[in-house]
Amino acid sequence: MTFLKRQPRGAAGVAAVLAVFLLVFLVIPVVKVVFVAFQDPASGAFTFVNFIDFFNTPLFRESFANSLYVACMSVVVGSAIALPLSYFTTRFNFGGAVLIQTLGVIPLIMPPFVGAVAMQLLFGANGSVNLLLDQWVGFTIPFMEGLNGVIFVESIHYFPFILINLSAALHNIDRSLEESAQNLGAHGMRLFRRIVFPLAMPGYVAGASLVFLKVFDDLGTPLLLNVNDMLAPQAYLRISSIGISDPMGYVISVILVVFSLLSLWTSFLALRGKDYASVQKGGGGLAKRDLRGGQRAMAYLVVTFVLLIVLSPHVGLSLLSFGTIWSFSELPDGYTLANYQEVFASSSQYITNTLLYAGLAASIDVVFGTAIAYIVWRTGVVGRQWLDYLATGALAIPGVVLGIGYLRTFNEINVPFVDKPLASWWVIIVVALAIRRLPYALRACVAALHQVAVALEEAAENLGATKYRTVRRVVVPLMIGGILAGFITSFATAAVELSATIMLVASESDAPLSYGIYVFMQSAAGRGPGAALGMIAVVIVGVATYLSHRVIERHRRERRETAGDVAPAI
Amino acid sequence: MSTEPVRVSIKDLHLSFGHTQVLKGVNLEIEPGEFFAFLGPSGSGKSTLLRAIAGFGPNPSGRILIGGEDVAVLPPWRRNVGMVFQNYALWPHMSVRRNVAFGLQERKLPVAEIRERVDGALDLVGLAELAERRPSQLSGGQQQRVALARTVVVEPRLLLLDEPLSNLDANLRVQMRRDILNLQRQLQLTTIFVTHDQEEANTMSDRMAVLNEGVIQQVGPPMALYDHPANLFVADFLGTANVLRGRFVDIDGGCRLVTDDGIELPVKKYPAAGSGVVILRPQALNLTEPEAIPDPSQVVLPGTVRYREFLGAIIRYGVDVGPHQLVVDHGHRPGEPIYEAGMAVAVRVDPTHIVPLTE
Repeated sequence: MTFLKRQPRGAAGVAAVLAVFLLVFLVIPVVKVVFVAFQDPASGAFTFVNFIDFFNTPLFRESFANSLYVACMSVVVGSAIALPLSYFTTRFNFGGAVLIQTLGVIPLIMPPFVGAVAMQLLFGANGSVNLLLDQWVGFTIPFMEGLNGVIFVESIHYFPFILINLSAALHNIDRSLEESAQNLGAHGMRLFRRIVFPLAMPGYVAGASLVFLKVFDDLGTPLLLNVNDMLAPQAYLRISSIGISDPMGYVISVILVVFSLLSLWTSFLALRGKDYASVQKGGGGLAKRDLRGGQRAMAYLVVTFVLLIVLSPHVGLSLLSFGTIWSFSELPDGYTLANYQEVFASSSQYITNTLLYAGLAASIDVVFGTAIAYIVWRTGVVGRQWLDYLATGALAIPGVVLGIGYLRTFNEINVPFVDKPLASWWVIIVVALAIRRLPYALRACVAALHQVAVALEEAAENLGATKYRTVRRVVVPLMIGGILAGFITSFATAAVELSATIMLVASESDAPLSYGIYVFMQSAAGRGPGAALGMIAVVIVGVATYLSHRVIERHRRERRETAGDVAPAI
Repeated sequence: MSTEPVRVSIKDLHLSFGHTQVLKGVNLEIEPGEFFAFLGPSGSGKSTLLRAIAGFGPNPSGRILIGGEDVAVLPPWRRNVGMVFQNYALWPHMSVRRNVAFGLQERKLPVAEIRERVDGALDLVGLAELAERRPSQLSGGQQQRVALARTVVVEPRLLLLDEPLSNLDANLRVQMRRDILNLQRQLQLTTIFVTHDQEEANTMSDRMAVLNEGVIQQVGPPMALYDHPANLFVADFLGTANVLRGRFVDIDGGCRLVTDDGIELPVKKYPAAGSGVVILRPQALNLTEPEAIPDPSQVVLPGTVRYREFLGAIIRYGVDVGPHQLVVDHGHRPGEPIYEAGMAVAVRVDPTHIVPLTE
């Protein structure tokens, strides 16, 4: 418990600026969207008629059911992949454990929409796998048929959320908890049901609700797979074809937000008060067993199989980007660099725009994240918790909704000198990216700040450094590792954001990579260059992820070295 | 490095964390150049009081005068009081030299002077050759010295030490105790230090204040507090005390404490008639054979040995006297008589060692 006295006027001023930013670019647009959803388009009066219309339209009812079905099925399929993997790594002495951990992050490097088209070429009705199946065993599997395709692509991209959370939960179970249960007579299924399962449950639920949220809100994947009867694509299509006055887009937005909030709430409830990090000295995790020969072979077989599937979007995308023509055949007809040449020659603005937008957005995120973290945890500014709530609240706002909100709110506002509505100026894309990634950057900054003992600040103030000087000379230098990691995470995820971007791109010259991929992938001829752009995006994000991993590791190592001298304050 | 030592006056200081009152009207005068200790159990408010002097924690009401100036309204960085933190709070991203130079840089001194004064301070604590190390490369004792150097190099008006020895092992603690005391004498700095260890307070401080539940219980030199505690809390906190409850009455012109079971103990004077207690320090009591020739000046209480513990320098006896159990310490000298559990003994005490208190 830390009570700091005196509210420095400077901190209150910074807090006010941050609050205004969040208000203008997060709260007002979202409130506006909700408002319009409950407004009669003609008279402007409060009404439920839009919602009644929504549920009276068969297409929307179907879209709603489809979105729910796809999100739930993705959780089921994702769990089916993640459960055995996390069980292997935590229960057995198994060399593949490292492989699984690495494999776990690979899908996260690439958002699902990037690989969607490549997946169609591999697993579609006339894709490589089905051609081979047809040829050798005489039947095909409809992996990519309609909603199946969305479920398939989403679950192999998002199962790592379950894997990571569940593995962490299993890993945090102290061996002594299991052993004391055995000591008291429990074993086998009973042990699993009464001890292991309840302790691991919160981690699983947290991961599963995250998958649900991601899939339910996703716009790019269904769009690229040409599955339009789902909620997010419907919202996009209504707004982009009928216009920003059509109330259906807003109704869908409200539904998306409500479900996002529900799944976040579920995850929060699952984890609340269940900090089962019960590991004591001497090593955590369940007692590991050795695998016998046959079991070992089986385990490797399963892992290899999953690995193949998980890597298939990347493999497919590479083939597509280096291929000449790929249609009705197992592999492309020939290989070429032409796609890359075309992309670099004619579409390099996508790349530069992406670097610029993601770089700016990530910079805004870490500066604001650091400021919010400091204000919330280290000052007495009144209402400071609200900055945290607001910034974190962005998690619950799907990109489509934010995009629609911006269009509605900022279309009337003209930017001086540029002479354009704010809603179609490229800067608004940066702002949208910054708002959407702020929660992640903020968590990184808060974690970094918690590593800095309050006494270190007090020591500086005691020796004559003002608050501002203390932050500059002591707090920020000690947080720098965490801040960098936050920057890179924000950058990498902003670089491949599509759902808000697609709503806000006003002209092709202002468009980033993700939009370019979307545009190229629309036509059969554009798939090659689109895949090349996708590969470039993967490389950018991959490099950034690797860097962030390195930074975090180094930071952790340094922390460990200095851990002895400064225990966290009070 | 010498400035006129300052006086510290704390007047009617109140402080709360939310609705929890932590300091309840503290009044204190600390003489210039004094080595003063705040002693108390955890939660007594001693650290909070120290931090309030440095300007940390919630805003207190009341006045804190340092050398006559009321600092209660100043932010920490304007107070010029040096504080050494319990965990030293050395900045892990700076070398020893940069840690020590920090305060001087904040005071915008010329580079040459900073260098000279940092070298001087590191010499003072005997760490000149470790100036380029990182804090993580130093032992606990060395870190403590760096923290001291970093604080005294800015020539603060007042030195505050928050549990300075709590993170050191026993041998180092004794050494560091002497070093800190020497440094304080050398610099002639008014110094306040916080501890929960009465041995530390006893050995180091000129005077000390014993705190409990946000209230100062008693102020004075360590020996005076030990021998003449103002209340039961002070008596008990400063060392083992046998407590006998009863009523103070005048019998035959002399004052006595009479317990419920009829034991009478003479006292020189008592605070107020009515119920009260006396305390008897274990080492003020003496055991003999029951039939030994009585010394007429001593009080004799018949009892039975319940247990004996050999603690090295002393032998500690638990003795049942009626319904009471008294702890008696005998200095251990080989060859002196030993009393076994179950033996009948006489507990003897000099009336001057019987300390009366109200409850």
